[in-house]
Amino acid sequence: MAEFDQLKEQAAQVRRDIVRLVYNCQSGHPGGSLGCVEYFVALYGKIMKHKAKPFKMDGKGQDLFFLSNGHISPVWYSVLARNGYFDVQELNTFRKLNSRLQGHPATHEGLPGIRIASGSLGQGMSAAIGAALGKRLDGDKRRVFCLCGDGELQEGQCWEAMMFAAHHKVDNLIVTVDWNGQQIDGSNDDVISLGNLPAKWKAFGWDVLVLEQGNNLEAVAAMLQRARRRTGKGKPVVILMKTEMGHGVDFMAGTHKWHGKAPNQEQYESAMNQLPVTSLGDF
Amino acid sequence: MNINDITSSGSRATREGFGQGLLEAGGQNPKVVGLTADLLESLQMQHFKKEFPERFFQVGIAEANMIGIAAGLATAGKIPFTGTFANFSTGRVYDQIRQSVAYSHKNVKICASHAGLTLGEDGATHQILEDIGMMRMLPGMVVINPCDYNQTKAATLAIAEYYGPVYLRFGRPAWPIFTPENQKFKIGKALQLSTGKDVTIFATGHLVWTSVEAAKQLATQGVSCEVINIHTIKPLDNEAILDSVSKTRAVVVAEEHQRNGGLGESIANLLAHKLPVPVEFVAVNDSFGESGKPLELLEKYGLSSNDVANAARRVLERKKV
Repeated sequence: MAEFDQLKEQAAQVRRDIVRLVYNCQSGHPGGSLGCVEYFVALYGKIMKHKAKPFKMDGKGQDLFFLSNGHISPVWYSVLARNGYFDVQELNTFRKLNSRLQGHPATHEGLPGIRIASGSLGQGMSAAIGAALGKRLDGDKRRVFCLCGDGELQEGQCWEAMMFAAHHKVDNLIVTVDWNGQQIDGSNDDVISLGNLPAKWKAFGWDVLVLEQGNNLEAVAAMLQRARRRTGKGKPVVILMKTEMGHGVDFMAGTHKWHGKAPNQEQYESAMNQLPVTSLGDF
Repeated sequence: MNINDITSSGSRATREGFGQGLLEAGGQNPKVVGLTADLLESLQMQHFKKEFPERFFQVGIAEANMIGIAAGLATAGKIPFTGTFANFSTGRVYDQIRQSVAYSHKNVKICASHAGLTLGEDGATHQILEDIGMMRMLPGMVVINPCDYNQTKAATLAIAEYYGPVYLRFGRPAWPIFTPENQKFKIGKALQLSTGKDVTIFATGHLVWTSVEAAKQLATQGVSCEVINIHTIKPLDNEAILDSVSKTRAVVVAEEHQRNGGLGESIANLLAHKLPVPVEFVAVNDSFGESGKPLELLEKYGLSSNDVANAARRVLERKKV
């Protein structure tokens, strides 16, 4: 397990990677990606037992991760590359022709680390539940993690999955909701209010944890560890993780406007000037 | 291979063949798991559930979630069989199948009962006639529509041994059994039921038996039909189709499905490229179904054995020109 100093440096590099990824191809989703950097860095660096090489689809004996809100692929690709799943140079191919790094994550081109396609929202939690059931059948004690967007919870399938997981006591599953309060057309409250989110999850039979500091690496890691300790007790566990969309780049922070937009050259330079250079180096 | 040698040994629903096949597949391979969306006995999955309770998951009335869970189970190395009505197995969850199963190439078996008009009294809301079209458009999806109890059971066993996404379509009513017990099912292999020289009748699902009846009727009038059972609509057995058509040069395609998107379109596509000959379609022609008894519905919507025989007569007239 990596030390926090190393992970903080990785997080800083991942932020640079995200901005460069979307700038290079002039498309993609920087806002949600920047907001979830600490989650991904903690998950892969501190929480999950996982093996980059050789990558095994069934992940037996390993913790598994499913990304439901696939549009934040930049953060995932960066973290996978920085954790040795594939060469960081391959990040140069993101969203370009003949790439394994599709706009939204896919297994189709065989990118290591990806276990199912996501992008069309609302499907990842169901897949994670299926994988958790598979582990249970195999007597595999490792856990399954899943990240969803908050706006994504407007998809009915999420609530189907929530009901199922509670009913079937899928207690080897830790879902995290990226609770940044934003979606494409505005804030959640402007588009379709999520209401009292903790109460809703609780009413659906989940063990609910709320993390106020989703952009604080230690806090995220501590919460994920706490969540892991609460697995195996008959209930699925959810972390409602408050994050800031676009965190780390001042003009992208706290707004839905950078959900799915690439910076121009001037904005790119401004962003890169704000993000510290690290010893890991740009791809 | 004389058409009059094909006789029925009784009647059972194809879905019962699925239930029996699933039970046996479960016994043969511990990776096989079952899921249903509140239609356990309609899909005849109660036998599997009783024998392997730990490997069976009741999902409730939540088909989208069922497809996603199946994809997750497949990711973990299981062989999930989902069971619900054909309508809720396809149209209702098309995007889930597209992204989580087909595009992700998951080893999920989407098993769909009550397909087509022969669902009967429940009417058009449940009588899906577009499912073959939707499923065959998905890259990498295998589409199978067996014709009777024995063949459905054999197909169920065969898809458990095949790696990749499969759509298995079957039906509700008791239907004549006329293929061998304990047959070996080969995915993608067309089955010739009779040899003939005048016209080839390609049929799938329930309409294979209907086509056999039509061919018997035509034989009494001196028309010699080659009846071929296309149980696998995708991948299509191009070779068998072209072999037969190069001999008869007249084609009828019969299916319990919309003309748009169905087996007929698949075969016409092949023939347009390789061997253009007259083709007649016995299929629902751009309309919804309605409540009624299965045979009444087949008759009203032009899918009876008389309709198949008439289509053969029409195509023979066109062949002469």
